[in-house]
Amino acid sequence: MSDTDSIPVDAPVTQPIFAPKAAVAQPKPPSFMVRLLKKPLAVASLIWLAFIVLFGIVGQIWTPYDPISVQLKVFKQLPSAEHWLGTDALGRDVLSRLMAGTMTTLTGVIEAMITAMVIGVILGLVSGYFGGWWDKLIMQLTNVIVALPGIILLLTVLVVFNREMLAAMIVFGFMGSATITRVVRSVTLNVRQELYIDAARISGLGSFYIITRHVVPRIIGPLIVQLSLFSAIAIVTQTGINFLGLGTPPPAPTWGGMVAEAAVAMNDFPWLLVPGGVTIALTVLAFGLLGDSARDAASEGWTKSARTGIKTKQLDDIAANNAINKAAEAKLDTKTFLSVRDLTIVADNGEKVSILVNSMNLDVKHGETLGIVGESGSGKTLTSLALMGLLPTGTRVRTGVMSLDGKVYDLRDHDSIRNLRGKTIGMIFQEPMAALDPCFTIGSQLVEVIRRHNGLDKKAAKEQAIELLEKVRIPNAAEIVKRYPHQVSGGMAQRVGIAKALVASPKLLLADEPTTALDVTVQAEVLDLIRDLSEQNDMAVILVTHDWGVVADSCDRALVLYHGETMEMDTVANLFDKPQHPYTQALLKANPHNAVVGQPLPTIQASLESLLNAPRK
Amino acid sequence: MLRIVLNRLALAIPLVFIVTFVAFWLVSIGPTDIAATILQGETTPDVVQALRHELGLDQPLGIQYTNWVVGVFQGNLGKSVLTHESVVDLINQRLGVTISLFIGVLVVVTVFGIGLGVISAVRGGWLGRTIDVLSLGGLVFPSFWLALILIAIFAVQLRWLPATGFIRFDDDPGLWFLCIVLPVTSASVAAITSVAKQTRDSMSDAMSRDFIRSLRASGLSRASIIYKHALRNASLPVVTVLGLVMISAVTTVIYVERIFVLPGVAGLAVDGAMKADLPVLMGCLLVFTLITVGISLLVDLSYAWLNPKVRLS
Repeated sequence: MSDTDSIPVDAPVTQPIFAPKAAVAQPKPPSFMVRLLKKPLAVASLIWLAFIVLFGIVGQIWTPYDPISVQLKVFKQLPSAEHWLGTDALGRDVLSRLMAGTMTTLTGVIEAMITAMVIGVILGLVSGYFGGWWDKLIMQLTNVIVALPGIILLLTVLVVFNREMLAAMIVFGFMGSATITRVVRSVTLNVRQELYIDAARISGLGSFYIITRHVVPRIIGPLIVQLSLFSAIAIVTQTGINFLGLGTPPPAPTWGGMVAEAAVAMNDFPWLLVPGGVTIALTVLAFGLLGDSARDAASEGWTKSARTGIKTKQLDDIAANNAINKAAEAKLDTKTFLSVRDLTIVADNGEKVSILVNSMNLDVKHGETLGIVGESGSGKTLTSLALMGLLPTGTRVRTGVMSLDGKVYDLRDHDSIRNLRGKTIGMIFQEPMAALDPCFTIGSQLVEVIRRHNGLDKKAAKEQAIELLEKVRIPNAAEIVKRYPHQVSGGMAQRVGIAKALVASPKLLLADEPTTALDVTVQAEVLDLIRDLSEQNDMAVILVTHDWGVVADSCDRALVLYHGETMEMDTVANLFDKPQHPYTQALLKANPHNAVVGQPLPTIQASLESLLNAPRK
Repeated sequence: MLRIVLNRLALAIPLVFIVTFVAFWLVSIGPTDIAATILQGETTPDVVQALRHELGLDQPLGIQYTNWVVGVFQGNLGKSVLTHESVVDLINQRLGVTISLFIGVLVVVTVFGIGLGVISAVRGGWLGRTIDVLSLGGLVFPSFWLALILIAIFAVQLRWLPATGFIRFDDDPGLWFLCIVLPVTSASVAAITSVAKQTRDSMSDAMSRDFIRSLRASGLSRASIIYKHALRNASLPVVTVLGLVMISAVTTVIYVERIFVLPGVAGLAVDGAMKADLPVLMGCLLVFTLITVGISLLVDLSYAWLNPKVRLS
């Protein structure tokens, strides 16, 4: 068996057959700014920031009272009609001081922001666009900057530049540029790798043109996000320096200085903490929310569907489903080892329910191997997951009952099937590597499962782990238990997966494309192993596959699935000799096993043309 | 393991030199005459010149820096210009306070940050939203303001905890604990929220990975899947963020030492900056650079401990 033997039905060629083929003209997605301004939180933030800017500008020209002159007669007053925000320990009007102090904070933030933006954008563009040596150097620089004890350097700068806020904020902006550099670099790198950039270069456009025309527009969204968040930090830093008394000297009002003054009067007049603190907090909040909304707006641009908080509407008629389940129970063949009736799996996205698997029935006898055959997206994997109660989020069982070894289970009820997992039903997965936890050794993972099910002590469990690995034909098992998943091959990992599934000697094994991800030579070995284990332990197997070769090799019977509909279920011999359903015929025709040398291989698409007229259940 | 330590040191040692050199360089290019600032103008040019000579400011930058570095290797950071105490002694007396704050913050942030993050990832619902709201508060209110509010509530109003001061652990562990509760809390809140957010994101991410489904299929308990497997796999980005918040905790520790009048190195640094006491400031800069280097080294070592791919590569 080789890779080319497999039927290439996994290609998504058949998908559009029932779907309208006409290309729908996509409306141009709204620009970043438009999307941003549609968000109420972003608008509220912008309004607050505009208010603060206005507040600051007015505060430079006019304030209700003199923000500096001491009025001891009216000290420590709570808010009143004359003093809207009260007065401080020296009788100065708090509102006036807040207004007069706003501009220092705003200019500080703007200075830091501009510095961070200019340095960050230039370094990020150079690093991402030109790469190589530049990239290494600049990334190293950002690593150094991030690891700096920034505040102490700021203190040094303040000493050296005689408490000049401008110098401190520029240095702070430089330190903040590291994050912006990284973000701009990663965006640039993504754009740089796109084909149209290569095309632009080949056609002789200069780097400067390409950067300004194609790269910069993509940077704007992430840049606004980062600058907003950075501004929030810059406010805290700027006010913090003034709080420490290292910035603008008193009596000149600053936001941070006002908090420091409030701290002195805190014991008998805590109100004073409120105006300064709340103004700072609201402004930080505005920048933070603006950043978050900008992030959402930027990601919507690429993913289109916005994540909405709409609660899943109840679109199902529960009573009707219960009735179907009740009726289905009667149809169960409880004498067979496994019997499933009316299994319907749906996906709901909050508005619409789409059916993924439709009223499927299946029966498996003891020791029998049933193949579920179909293309990608036909619902075969979902079927096996539903039997374990492990459907991915967004999908669920709408109706379905199962009898296993004489006991009846409602497949909608995960709690009742949870205890079957690992014990009665074992499962192996398509991606053996992804099925093992990369952080633990193979031995410790097996031991955990063994102790869970067999209640052995650590030592005995370890011995059993080695035994199990030998059983799945792993040479030097004692050595392998000490390894981590990334240290073994895919075939080895799949054997470990099988060993893990066999721990509690389950009576049913669900094998979801167990060989698809493996090397051709290993595929046959793993299938042999599964078949032998099934025979030795009288274990029933459901083998999910898209490969007729596997079906012919390993299965007694097979079920053909197409878009969630069961086309046909029969013995393998009958399916190959006299397929009843046109879809089965089409699938078989596309099997490379039957290809005639010199003739083009019929594709599933061509073969399916006849299916368009075929009756659908 | 040794290789990781060596790698980090290969980056860290130059960093220490770069940071301290930049500080010396800033002093040499700055417009301020430090000596005159210290003496505050009321003196003769001769006295200023003498102080300048004492500080070594009349020498070329290279010589100044070399002398300082040689001094550092001899365990000598110079003397405070104002009190003439040895800077090494000053720092030694205060290091314990600052280190207990850092360790306190690290423990609190790790426990609460990861705990809340895991809970909100696993439980979601109202708990997740509550954490969202709280984390917004933690990020929005500056730590120096939060510290004052905590004092106003717990020290002034309720009188449960001391507002200021510090008792050494060896003198009375109980009082020591009471003294650092408020400082550690106010220094931790913002950091907790960053760590909780990161934990939630990487936990949700880890929970959606294939091996989790495979572990569930093996019938493992929910607790083991969440707290052993998912958390371990989610831990790398969390550790990164933990390292970053601990480095930025240097800033909050400065506020906190100041507000709670704790005799620590951060407070010393602010004093040094206020009075332009250059040798003190440089000494503190060195200490905090070494602390950040230590944090980065811890982060690297936890990577190796948590991720076999890092350890075994």
